[in-house]
Parts: sequence; structure tokens; C-alpha cells
Amino acid sequence: MKFSVSDTVIDVDAARAAVADRHCGALVVFEGWIRNHNEGQEVERLEYEVYRPVAEKEGAKIIDEALTRFAISHAVCIHREGLLELGECAVVVCVSAAHRDAAFDACRYIIDQTKTRLPIWKKEHYVTGVSEWVNCENCAAAGHSHGDR
Amino acid sequence: MKIRVRYFALFREQAGCDSEYVNWTGGTAAELFQEMAERHPSLQNQAAALVAINDEMSAWETALKEDDEVLFFPPVAGG
Repeated sequence: MKFSVSDTVIDVDAARAAVADRHCGALVVFEGWIRNHNEGQEVERLEYEVYRPVAEKEGAKIIDEALTRFAISHAVCIHREGLLELGECAVVVCVSAAHRDAAFDACRYIIDQTKTRLPIWKKEHYVTGVSEWVNCENCAAAGHSHGDR
Repeated sequence: MKIRVRYFALFREQAGCDSEYVNWTGGTAAELFQEMAERHPSLQNQAAALVAINDEMSAWETALKEDDEVLFFPPVAGG
């Protein structure tokens, strides 16, 4: 599957193998890791909630868009769900292409679209014992009007 | 019309439930959100919120039909 959600540790080697192709001279891999800080707060661990039926469907669309827009051969993306510890891999994108420019561009496209279009949410648990959904507060502060869409 | 509403992440916490059936006069997904926000005062509109209808990403202006399942997604934060 080109886009998938995993509730266990992501096998990055398997993702790389999935895009292996002797016609390709370039492989670009992006890994998103759980870091220990966000906006001045010390993070202890992180929890991803994923609504799989839509995430998998939209994720597959993003991969298909990348395959159409860029001169690449293969692309896969795997995103984690559940509770993750610091340093763990939350998402991996692997893109192979004949040449590196298209592979870089497509990889960037896939991770950027994944972050803004898929129903995936993260809750940060801070060392202070507090936890909160990431990004939501900023949006709430900015106000909202569905009619503006 | 009868609609099933589902809430995710922050919206689930604000609504105090993950899903509910509502009897409603009809309208768009945006109007349904406003109606639900009146029923659940903690449920707050957010600029980057998304909506899906029957598991398809949809526009807030989409008119709802009988038995639709409407999914309210707070601002997403994958990656």
C-alpha cells in the first residue's frame, strides 16, 4: 500500500525497499521524529489519533498526485498512531526517481500535504503533567467563520 | 432529517461525546456545526477545521441529506 497507518514501530528499511528500482538514481527519505520540545514546553511523549478510513483514502490520493506531478517512479508514506516516545519515528516518506530534483520535490509535497489534509491529530504530554492538542489553540485564538470558506 | 455526527480529538473533548444522532431541519455542514455548537457550548469553531461526509472530505457548504454521517475534524496536525 502506498499510504498506510501503523500502530507499531515503522519499519523504515521496508519502506525504502518498497520504492527500490534499478531505473532510479535517487532515493529521498524523510523521517519525522518525536522531539523533546515544542513552543517552549518540554515534551515527554506524544499521542497520535488517526481516523483511518479517511486518512488512508486521502493519503493514497496525495501519493497519486505526487506520482502525476513529479517525474518520480515510486513513493510510499507510513504514519504512526498511538502513544510514541521521544526519538521515535512518527512518519516516513520514501520517494525514488531517476534524478534527485524530482525526488526531493515530491517528498516535500507528500509530507506537506500529509500534515495539512489528513485527519491526524497529536496530543503532546509535557513533563509538567499537562497535555494538549497541538495547533488547536492557535487556531481558536485566530477565530473561526465557516461561512468564509 | 436524521444525521449522525461524529467528533474527533479536541472536538470530541469539547462536545463530551464521540458521536450522536441528531434530528435537524436541514442545511449545510457549516450550519450543522453551528447548531451543534449551540447544543454543546464548549464546542468552538476553528479556522482550520475540516469536515467529511460519509468518509469523503467535503466542503462546509455541502447540503446534508437524510442519514448522512458528518465527521467534524478539528485542525489536523499530522507529521
